[in-house]
Amino acid sequence: MWREFTYWLLQYKRTWRGTIVISVANPLLFLLGIGAGLGHLVDRHAPAQIAGVSYLAFFAPGMLAAAAMQTGFIESAGRVAMAAGFDGSYRAATTTPLTPAQIMAGHLLFIAFRLATSAAAFVVVMLAFRVTHGWWTLGALAGALLTGLAFGAPAAAWAVGLRQTRHINSVFRFVIMPMYLFSGTFFAVAELPGWLRPVAYALPLYHGAALCRTLSLGTATLAGTAVHAGILLALAVAGIAAARVAYRRRLHP
Amino acid sequence: MTAPATASRTLAMVERNFMLYRRSVTPLLSAMVEPVLYLAAIGVGVGLLVGDVPGVHVRYAAWVAPAILATTAMNTAFNQTSFGVFTRIRADRTYEAIIPTPLSIVDIAYGEVVSAVVNAVLTSIGFVVVMAVTGLVTSAGVLLAVPASVLVGFAFAAGGLAATTFLRDFADFQYVQLVMLPMYLFATTFYPLWTYPAALRPLVEILPLYQSIQLVREPALGHLGWSVLVPVAYLLAFGTLAMRIATRRMARLMLT
Repeated sequence: MWREFTYWLLQYKRTWRGTIVISVANPLLFLLGIGAGLGHLVDRHAPAQIAGVSYLAFFAPGMLAAAAMQTGFIESAGRVAMAAGFDGSYRAATTTPLTPAQIMAGHLLFIAFRLATSAAAFVVVMLAFRVTHGWWTLGALAGALLTGLAFGAPAAAWAVGLRQTRHINSVFRFVIMPMYLFSGTFFAVAELPGWLRPVAYALPLYHGAALCRTLSLGTATLAGTAVHAGILLALAVAGIAAARVAYRRRLHP
Repeated sequence: MTAPATASRTLAMVERNFMLYRRSVTPLLSAMVEPVLYLAAIGVGVGLLVGDVPGVHVRYAAWVAPAILATTAMNTAFNQTSFGVFTRIRADRTYEAIIPTPLSIVDIAYGEVVSAVVNAVLTSIGFVVVMAVTGLVTSAGVLLAVPASVLVGFAFAAGGLAATTFLRDFADFQYVQLVMLPMYLFATTFYPLWTYPAALRPLVEILPLYQSIQLVREPALGHLGWSVLVPVAYLLAFGTLAMRIATRRMARLMLT
């Protein structure tokens, strides 16, 4: 497992510049453009409308969770499908004593590393904007990591058996994007029409955003955190279990 | 020495691009999905939080919609000549197959830009329909968005083509994104110019997307005056300049 992890780490040492824009610059630009810019309009209209905090403080943790979801999904689905492909790195790894389960675990460990570093960069900016503080910050960081894995692990399980990578784009466009916009990231789910709310509550990103938000604002309750974190953890664990089977099937035919 | 483009040869390239739609129009439809989702989430969702915007006499969603239309025209045209063209150069090697035919590299360049403009117009018409269905049309001036999208499409198709000639690999597209995303967020798509400090406003005003949004939004909200000629002239100049850069560099790259 460590060997697979260090393989990805070594590769990342040479290619990290290529990922900075998508995983660090993008969410920060949204934070600035939507959180600070559009937040200016929101705050002058109804300062205390959203949980009594500024729009930026409301939006930032939602974006933190959403960015973790996107990084988790792309980093996992895209690279796993490529590595499992005909001339991917998994093919080379299977000829060594590494088992498919170890390859999977090592790769997921690397995805966790990417999630943690990207989220840490985002959280540092949140601290600079003073929209979160103290030990709660670490809680929000952990929440983002969990959110990313809740998407990354199932995505790996799905992508390892994929023969055509264009499906990844479709899933991103029709599943990840809508979730990104309607899971209480940009506006509270309570604002949605009544019949749509149950749908939003069922979205995993809703739980990620709620978890990160309550933790970063310091309003988390034990019960609420347990529910949100429990659902995300269940998704991550189910994803890992499914990935174990899927990796074995694809790599040891 | 490159031969000047001819209409018939340019159209052959356009025909080639549109024959793809016979198999599937999904690319065109999926170009519509994202802007409609943004309209719903930010225009309507965040719009409830924003309430009335000073200096804006319509509800927030109706104010944002024309700007999203402009960004849709921009993205449709730009994607076709940036990611699309780069794929056809690098991955599909389409042009290598075309070069031995009577088409010159300039014909290909013009053909790609014309196809991109047609796509931009098609998605704009689609978006106007979405606006009409969802009750976000406030003036008949919104129909001018269709001719406006020809100009917006031309400027960004040419700009995308010029930018593509500088890319070395698919990974370089992140630098393209580093320009396009901030422009999308900061070119008054979601909040008016006065929210910026006075010193920053000229920086926003010189963005091609800001000019495109002005060209679509002002008539769409019923403000039609001579001032609309400023973005028209700007986009024409921008597109022409980008086109010159693109054709020159493409001719050198493809060694024709």
